[in-house]
Amino acid sequence: MRITFEKRQSLSYQATILAPIASFALALLGGSLLLGLSGANPLATYAAMLDGAFGSWPNFTETLVKAIPLMLTGLAVSIAFRMQFWNIGAEGQLTLGGVAAAWIALFWAGIIPSTLLLPTVILAGIAAGALWAAVPALLKAYLRVDETLTTLMLNYVAILFSQYLFYGPWRDPKGYGFPGTAPFPDAAWLPRLAGRAHLGLVFAIIAAIALWFILKRTRWGFELRIIGENPTAARYLGINIARNIVLALLLSGALSGLAGACEVTGISHRLQQGLSIGYGFTAIIVAWMAQLNPLAVLVVAILMAGLLVGGDQVQIMMHLPAAVGVVLQGMILFPMLAGALFTEYRIKIVREPRRAPTTAPEVEL
Amino acid sequence: MDQEQAQTSHPILEMHGICKRFPGVVANDHVDLALYPGEVLALLGENGAGKSTLMNILVGLYRPDAGRIAVHGREVAINSPRDAAALGIGMVHQNFCLVEPMTVAENIVLGLSGLPFVPDMDQIARRIRELSAHYSLQVDPKAYIWQLSVGEQQRVEILKQIYRGAEILILDEPTAVLTPQEAQELAAILQRMTAEGKSAIFITHKMEEVMAYSQRVMVLRQGRLVAECATRETSPQELARLMVGREVLFHLKREERQPGEVVLSVRGLEARNEKGLPALRGIDFEIAEGEILGIAGVAGNGQRELAETITGLRRATRGEIRLRGRNVTNLSPLEFIQAGVSHIPEDRVEMGLVGNMAVAENLAMKGYRRSPLASRGVLQPKPMLDFARRMIDAFRIATPSPHTQVKFLSGGNLQKTILAREITACGGLLVAVHPTRGLDVGATEAVRRMLLAERAKGTAILLISEDLEELLAVADRIAVIFEGRIMGILPAAQAGIETLGLLMAGAAGPA
Repeated sequence: MRITFEKRQSLSYQATILAPIASFALALLGGSLLLGLSGANPLATYAAMLDGAFGSWPNFTETLVKAIPLMLTGLAVSIAFRMQFWNIGAEGQLTLGGVAAAWIALFWAGIIPSTLLLPTVILAGIAAGALWAAVPALLKAYLRVDETLTTLMLNYVAILFSQYLFYGPWRDPKGYGFPGTAPFPDAAWLPRLAGRAHLGLVFAIIAAIALWFILKRTRWGFELRIIGENPTAARYLGINIARNIVLALLLSGALSGLAGACEVTGISHRLQQGLSIGYGFTAIIVAWMAQLNPLAVLVVAILMAGLLVGGDQVQIMMHLPAAVGVVLQGMILFPMLAGALFTEYRIKIVREPRRAPTTAPEVEL
Repeated sequence: MDQEQAQTSHPILEMHGICKRFPGVVANDHVDLALYPGEVLALLGENGAGKSTLMNILVGLYRPDAGRIAVHGREVAINSPRDAAALGIGMVHQNFCLVEPMTVAENIVLGLSGLPFVPDMDQIARRIRELSAHYSLQVDPKAYIWQLSVGEQQRVEILKQIYRGAEILILDEPTAVLTPQEAQELAAILQRMTAEGKSAIFITHKMEEVMAYSQRVMVLRQGRLVAECATRETSPQELARLMVGREVLFHLKREERQPGEVVLSVRGLEARNEKGLPALRGIDFEIAEGEILGIAGVAGNGQRELAETITGLRRATRGEIRLRGRNVTNLSPLEFIQAGVSHIPEDRVEMGLVGNMAVAENLAMKGYRRSPLASRGVLQPKPMLDFARRMIDAFRIATPSPHTQVKFLSGGNLQKTILAREITACGGLLVAVHPTRGLDVGATEAVRRMLLAERAKGTAILLISEDLEELLAVADRIAVIFEGRIMGILPAAQAGIETLGLLMAGAAGPA
């Protein structure tokens, strides 16, 4: 008896939905082993995490605070991945979005009328993220430069550039030596909805619905889907692949840039350490788990944010490292990737009547 | 070997009551098969009749839902191609499984178990030379695969199976890629093998090949074995009837018509292939309204490059392409489409369709840029669905629904989907590359009728095909391409298979 895989004749829809859920369950199971080894009670820990993330209204708003950048970067990554453009540069695009937003908020506040300041700040963040994504997109579309390398490396350029700014020329002279810019004027603050959860949530929801509509119903989305599924067919059908890659990546970068602008205008109200804390990388897990579906990204982002907030909670309550949440996030990705196997293959258990001989007969001439 | 003789010896291979179901399809329905030593058995059937499924079961790529397999009278379980190889069963697939940047010898031993960590390649090469001399399968073991012609690559595949001790050789439509001359060599190789007691199963849907190659023939239809007989006791007509289940019209009605104005004119066209080598070396021809120009030639002589260059997918390095007098050389694929050029590509699945998208979406892939399928950049689901339903009806595309992913359709229906889309979008020039390759008799007939109907409407058609019968039946004129040059253009009425064969092999012909 042995176990083999057989290719399915059609994709299994149950498996498509079950794979992320089962992956999450497996990650919790694996995580409980880890927690057990470090002497904690896994069930109590998970209960504390759940309570920390969703147990009360204030806790839930904190989860939303972390979910907003994950939603926006998750959408950004999804649209790029749809085109089989492996944009792992959402982190850098987010950071630069924050930098551009800070630049307008800090240095143009007196010039731009205060009612227009916030929109300008946000648009600057969007533009900066888009331009930062345009670099690898243009390199890929016209010179076939591998985008995984360029997007990854440009993250460090953007992050180090932002650090240079708030440690150096932009550092607040009245900041008692703390690295960070001066606070933005009030006119550049993003309104808050509940707790610290800000208007970015509305942006993310609008963006998700818009993206869903673009992909499903517009001519452009139709072209993007064709390119993502079969670039050879796209070229044959007269679709301009290079132009579409650049356009999709401008959109992708714009969403990440928006995330960065929302972070600095909605949460920190200044550019400082803590803008780049890995949202752009977690976004990759969000996008995969949502199977690149824009609406699913919203839900998955809240779940992932819950792990982060819950992790902080167990650190405070149970004196466990906050990294528990991050570890669980990482552990979800592996079964997720393996789960893709089950959507395309089925497991079959084979009973063999007799083994075929395993030695090849000699060739006779 | 005669059937009577064959029956007296014991079968080397028996398959009993093989059943294989795929969702919605019964691919094999209680199929029995017996193969005797020293015979060539032809497995005849339309596409989707279950030939390939049956053979894939035999080589361990699929597992049967029911049924037994016995080799040399002993029941066996074949779970992988490796098990099959150990039992002396080897298959030469339609798409060769060779690694291009490696040598013949390396390809032949690739994946063999029990190979030392550093194989003695000289000894392996010597052994390959012995085998190739013995079976007249001339190949240089040290040659790289990419240097070989398609016919030579097929020889490597056969040699690979012999080297691995195959007693039963399965050939999946082996002549599709060969010149008539190469096909004859293949027949000789098979004869030599069977004379030594090896056996072969020959998958085909061409009646002439059954008659030329096999001693016995099995006909499959819709997963069931419908006939089994000695080849010399049957006729191509009878086989065709058995295969399709009805009488086949081999003669298409082709009305005479005077060609109109010139639609496409190609002058001194040159282009390079993927390796940067010249693939087209100065091509000249014209096609008029309502005319079908056939391009005959052995695969790999520039056909693909020609089709791609005159649809905007490949750059012309020299020369000129004019559509109704307008110079369109090296415009973008979109500009060619807008100029009225439709293209039925050689690779249906790789290029012509998007497998994971719905039939309706695939049908809309040319019309989606304009009303009624789109309005102000937004797709219109209702008109898209109406359009798809009309196409499915008009072109008799067999699909469960317009929402079915196109990858679940059979080969003939895939091609009909492309034809429906391309013909509807066509604005004067249709480029059809191997439009009936791999299709069954019924679908082939349907596709040829559609081409003739387009001709009657005044469309200029460039028909690239390896099937000379098809070109003779459908085309007005036939151009023969060899090493990127047109060796001659003949009116189809005056072209004979022999003349075309000579031109295809590179002999100088009438200009």
